[in-house]
Amino acid sequence: MDQKKLAIIATKGTLDWAYPPFILASTAAALDYSVEIFFTFYGLQLVRKDLSVLKVSPLGNPGMPMKMPFGPKWFRDINWNIPNAVQAIVPGYESLATVLMKQTIANNGVATIHDLRSMCQEAEVKFIACQMTVELFGFEHSDFIDGMEYGGAASFFEFAGDSDICLYT
Amino acid sequence: MNFDKELDARGLNCPLPILRCKKSLGELTTGQVLKIVATDPGAIKDFEAFSKQTGNELLSSAQAGGEFTFFMKKK
Repeated sequence: MDQKKLAIIATKGTLDWAYPPFILASTAAALDYSVEIFFTFYGLQLVRKDLSVLKVSPLGNPGMPMKMPFGPKWFRDINWNIPNAVQAIVPGYESLATVLMKQTIANNGVATIHDLRSMCQEAEVKFIACQMTVELFGFEHSDFIDGMEYGGAASFFEFAGDSDICLYT
Repeated sequence: MNFDKELDARGLNCPLPILRCKKSLGELTTGQVLKIVATDPGAIKDFEAFSKQTGNELLSSAQAGGEFTFFMKKK
């Protein structure tokens, strides 16, 4: 049986949306797929050396439960409905939400993005960064982790063209 | 059941039990058996799917007291 191929385009640069590409890529690699992720636009943040740039924003995201990852059960069960207007004007709101989200992630035995990314690399998932957006956003290759390749849309299709699964995340 | 290696995946959530399992299987030789203990309720379906797709045989899966125990034979 030929090795199956998974091609992923990663376009989002937030802590929450960093999960789908890395979870699917690492799992597919464990299932013996050959995997390639093409990072473009805000997805470039996922391959930065410094992952502290990844934050989560509850602002304008009505689907995101806001629960506290500490305290007694009755306190943890409260869903804090904080109005958008308040979220928008409180300084550091995103940073606070990110700290709480990271704690929730740890409490639930969910891997960190750093760990998932390392596991992808150990499993030889190929990372390609979109050179056009690297330049557009004023990044240097030194901003990104080692082992990256740089290319454009044509290089994505070279792999995706005969992939079994192709995802846009 | 006899086994050659044990993987403690308690407290880990998707996809970590599968990723650790893959890694542990890599340290075994063909025919050897890996015992996995997990607490992720999604693990039952996931280990069946992992077995089906990779050809490593799932010898048994059992549930007791919120823990799931699997025995997997390396291909």
